[in-house]
Amino acid sequence: MLEKALTGSKKYWAWIIFLLAVIAVGFMAYLRQFSYGLGLTGMSRDVSWGLYIAQFTFLVGVAASAVMLVTPYYLHDFKKFGKMVIFGEFLAVSAVIMCILFIFVDVGQPMRILNVLLYPQLHSVMFYDMCVLCGYLAINILVGWTSLAAERKGVHPPKWAHTLVYLSVPWAFSIHTVTAFLYSGLPGRHFWLTAIMAARFLASAFAAGPALLVILLLIVRKVSDFDPDPPGVGAIQSLVKIIRYAMIANVFFYICEVFTAFYSGIPDEMAAFKYVFVGLQGHHSLVPFMWTATFLAFLGIALLVLPTRRNKVLLPIALLSIFFANWIDKGVVLIIAGFVPNSFDRVTEYFPTSNEISIVLGVYAIGFLLLTILYKVAISVREEQAQ
Amino acid sequence: MSINRRTFLRRAGMLTALGLGGSFVINGAVEAAAEYEPSKKGLFPNAKHLAMVVDMSKFKTEDDFNRVIQSCVSIHNIPDFGKDDLKDEIKWIWSDDYEHTFSGGDNDYLTDDFKKLPFMVACNHCENPPCVKACPTGATFKRPDGIVDMDFHRCIGCRFCMGACPFGARSFNYRDPRPFIKKIDPDYPTRTPGVVEKCIFCVERLADGLMPACVEASKGGLIFGDLDDHTSEVWKIVSSKFTIRRKTELGTQPSVYYLVGGESHA
Repeated sequence: MLEKALTGSKKYWAWIIFLLAVIAVGFMAYLRQFSYGLGLTGMSRDVSWGLYIAQFTFLVGVAASAVMLVTPYYLHDFKKFGKMVIFGEFLAVSAVIMCILFIFVDVGQPMRILNVLLYPQLHSVMFYDMCVLCGYLAINILVGWTSLAAERKGVHPPKWAHTLVYLSVPWAFSIHTVTAFLYSGLPGRHFWLTAIMAARFLASAFAAGPALLVILLLIVRKVSDFDPDPPGVGAIQSLVKIIRYAMIANVFFYICEVFTAFYSGIPDEMAAFKYVFVGLQGHHSLVPFMWTATFLAFLGIALLVLPTRRNKVLLPIALLSIFFANWIDKGVVLIIAGFVPNSFDRVTEYFPTSNEISIVLGVYAIGFLLLTILYKVAISVREEQAQ
Repeated sequence: MSINRRTFLRRAGMLTALGLGGSFVINGAVEAAAEYEPSKKGLFPNAKHLAMVVDMSKFKTEDDFNRVIQSCVSIHNIPDFGKDDLKDEIKWIWSDDYEHTFSGGDNDYLTDDFKKLPFMVACNHCENPPCVKACPTGATFKRPDGIVDMDFHRCIGCRFCMGACPFGARSFNYRDPRPFIKKIDPDYPTRTPGVVEKCIFCVERLADGLMPACVEASKGGLIFGDLDDHTSEVWKIVSSKFTIRRKTELGTQPSVYYLVGGESHA
């Protein structure tokens, strides 16, 4: 089926070449980082994780969100999602691959990365995170590819694929729960040390991931003859409902955190929230980000609660708002603010360097290249079936 | 029973095919490791909980601090990137003021003299070290004598330990440290970019029967010994005098105690 990715319109090839160019720039930046060290990033002794780990965290959520299509379709026989499930699974595949790459570019000694397997430490959450991520990747590749191949031949997918689908449901929850445990189990990092971290992660993932998926499907509709949500089906509107409730839950959880911190009045609990909303000890670099995220979150929810959600122009705006609100919250602020203030109650700020941003864009370009190829194959199979 | 070469190879092949060959080798290695006996007895061969007491009454002048810090820097090949590059800074033992070292106990009425009082800080060698729990490769590990040690050669540089440490005791080699080491001490390894490092209570000196370098340089300001041994100096101080530790509420049980009453017994 892969050969279908080798034929396409001029626009398709222009997009592929654009992505390859971004990857090339990112790769050069990575070579610079590889020879000099992570000192080329904005990370420091105090803020020892930055954009890379933040993107990893955010993308684990995007990967997990495929379950919001898989569960209704396979477990509740919700046929509306029939044409969309494969796109959720392929989005998960590219998201997990980006996660793995973001970890890879973040480690100081990439050549030793297999030490994690060579000397597995059962008390380290990172070991479990690696296991669940690799498992989730395998499940989604196997299920996505075999069900598409079966569809092409007009037969039912094999039984084992069905079993794997059931396994993928708890597995999706596990990848984001374990990722949350990376942070929420650390003493002394009060911004992360919260029991609802995993719940927040899942809520934000189930808002941001499907929001991205719907945006992608709207693009698919524009650029191909295949319509993932033909007139009268209303699959996208059903998914929009899921996005809406997940985002409301996410904002609710966040307000719970703010309440606990400020009503209790415990300085350590309040410090990072102050840093991101009003600034701390004269440092404000994340304040504009956090207020933008807050505005976008409420805008997105409002547009999806009101009948505006059916408006062709406003729907993408609502989805983009929700996506970026979550991206700022999880893909920028959460990780950086976790290190503020530092262990000595001082504020060290973090500003990513251009080299670091090039690498981030390069990894995203690899993810999108993979996503484009997988979507191209899926769309071509569907177009072929329609004829 | 003797077997010829052909039979041996065939049986070994069958074992390997069954996936047993690998475990055979691993089991062998584990047994060998269990039999390993260090060639040197060291200064504290039977210690269970090595700890340090910082007697603040002995730290009066700037030189008292610098002498201690330099003794560590010179033998552990710690680089100095200068004041302009604090983001990449490597430090094992350093000083910070009371206000920040013991942050969280804010007393607004303390005068600045107290708030700015310098304290010696380093890795706390916690009894429940969060860094050891976090490390995905075992590069950071706890020894039977209580020291939280590091294997720089196994570290992959994921910096999970830096997120886990509540004391800011860990440094990461963001760049090649070698050109910035004043004088390389060939008795201790220099580090490669991309690994984490921290104070290790001079395990290499303890093995040679020597006290940690900072203890030696401190002229009695730093007292080192086994808290499990009730004849030790550290036990006598910790059990009967007023000492404080950093962030005890987190339950990591730091092994660095600050004796603030000094000679006068609190």
